[in-house]
Amino acid sequence: MDHFPTNWGRPRNDAFDAYATHPIHQRPYNGPKDTFADGVQRTQQPIVTGTSVLAIKYKDGVMMAADNLASYGSLARFKDVQRLHQVGNYTVIGAGGDMSDFQYIQYILEELSVEEISAQDGHELGPVEIHEYMSQVMYARRSKMNPLWNSLLIAGFKDGKRFLSFVDLLGTTYTASTLATGYGAYIAQPLLRKAVEGREDIITEEEARKILEDSMRVLFYRDARSLNKFQIATISSAGVSISDSMQLDTTWSFAEDIRGYGAQTQ
Amino acid sequence: MTSIGTGYDLSASTYSPDGRIFQVEYANKAVENSGTAIGLRVKDGVVLAVEKLVHSKLLVPGANRRIQTIDRHIGMASAGLLADGRKISQLAREEGSKIRKMWREPLTVKALSDRISLGAQAYTLYSSVRPFGVSTIFGGVDKSGPSLYIVEPSGVCLGYHGAAVGKGRQLAKTELEKLKLSELSMREAVMEAARIIYLVHDDNKEKEFELEMTWVGDESNDLHLPVPDDLLEEAKSRAKAALETFE
Repeated sequence: MDHFPTNWGRPRNDAFDAYATHPIHQRPYNGPKDTFADGVQRTQQPIVTGTSVLAIKYKDGVMMAADNLASYGSLARFKDVQRLHQVGNYTVIGAGGDMSDFQYIQYILEELSVEEISAQDGHELGPVEIHEYMSQVMYARRSKMNPLWNSLLIAGFKDGKRFLSFVDLLGTTYTASTLATGYGAYIAQPLLRKAVEGREDIITEEEARKILEDSMRVLFYRDARSLNKFQIATISSAGVSISDSMQLDTTWSFAEDIRGYGAQTQ
Repeated sequence: MTSIGTGYDLSASTYSPDGRIFQVEYANKAVENSGTAIGLRVKDGVVLAVEKLVHSKLLVPGANRRIQTIDRHIGMASAGLLADGRKISQLAREEGSKIRKMWREPLTVKALSDRISLGAQAYTLYSSVRPFGVSTIFGGVDKSGPSLYIVEPSGVCLGYHGAAVGKGRQLAKTELEKLKLSELSMREAVMEAARIIYLVHDDNKEKEFELEMTWVGDESNDLHLPVPDDLLEEAKSRAKAALETFE
């Protein structure tokens, strides 16, 4: 008995599966076929990828950090990629995941911005609108079985309000006072929560920067797809500023004392 | 008009025996009936200004704008039929979008006005359409620096240092010619543009007008934006003062 209703009444291909013994989820499709179906390709996996993006709320606004690496598998392929992108006057969008999909996102947001500017209606796109728009785009694309393979953080400051929210390739959204994507969601998020939660209105800009730098250092130690070269975006009442690339001091002397795995001889 | 009754003016696709296309000339008449629009291409940017005639006191101030934004860095001022101007701006924005999609870079003012002029020219060829009843000034700053172009109903597209279209264009042109446009700063250009618009406005025929003014260049961070209110007010009061001494 075929318990899969969508297969009922469909012609069976006796040459291939005379007794319908194939597992249901592998049942061959014997209906009409689109001639060009093989020519349509969808993103099945990310190719050139960015790793974690971190963001926290602080006293004056929101701060976001991401490194400058775009990996090709495990190869550190591009080391000067900017993964923080300003949209309009109030918003920064940071991306992990497929970098070509992120470039496409930058393009559609540019198109959206110009459309809004030329309307000249006195309204400006803020972080809330951009997050809503991106969540709709991401969900629409996943529903077409053709997702944009990214995790996005959207941070902004408009009309005296901080904004920080997340969207991913499934169209899932959530918001919190600390957010991290990718490997950072496991390694950095607990550190960020410990440092920030309950203190969002106390943390100064210097403190916030230190929290992010410390988390980026931990990520560089632990995440094999990360780079010791990153940028920090600050979004506050003063507007958006994305820093130049910077480096962190790291110490590796402990490595020679590690025993139990690796290449040591004793 | 000698053309009337001859039958040569019934279609844009018909020449008169002396080689004119009357429908295009009528389109130019529509432009001449409209308030003046000027553009100044100066050292570090472009200033657009329009004498927007207000035909009813019931209109909300600022309604029926005649200067529009095409892209971040390009503005457009039109003289003639307002609705035709809006169609031109729609086409221009679509062009910006196409260029961005194909080349992933911003549109240049020259490429834009060339493209729009081809469309305008096509509307002088067929009996089924009428030519655009607008002359359009495109101004902006792109990779080649500040640019200023006019597209006319005939489809002619030319670049200018100083551009004037509409009712008061003759006087405006003679005033523009007196200026050293390539040495002016944007702020100075705003003052001159306001002065020229106030000068060409004919108080006897039309009573009310609004001065619309925008700029693109160093002062506006290469964005097409309205001239700030305080500067606009200063330009207006200086223009009025200059008018006293001129007469």
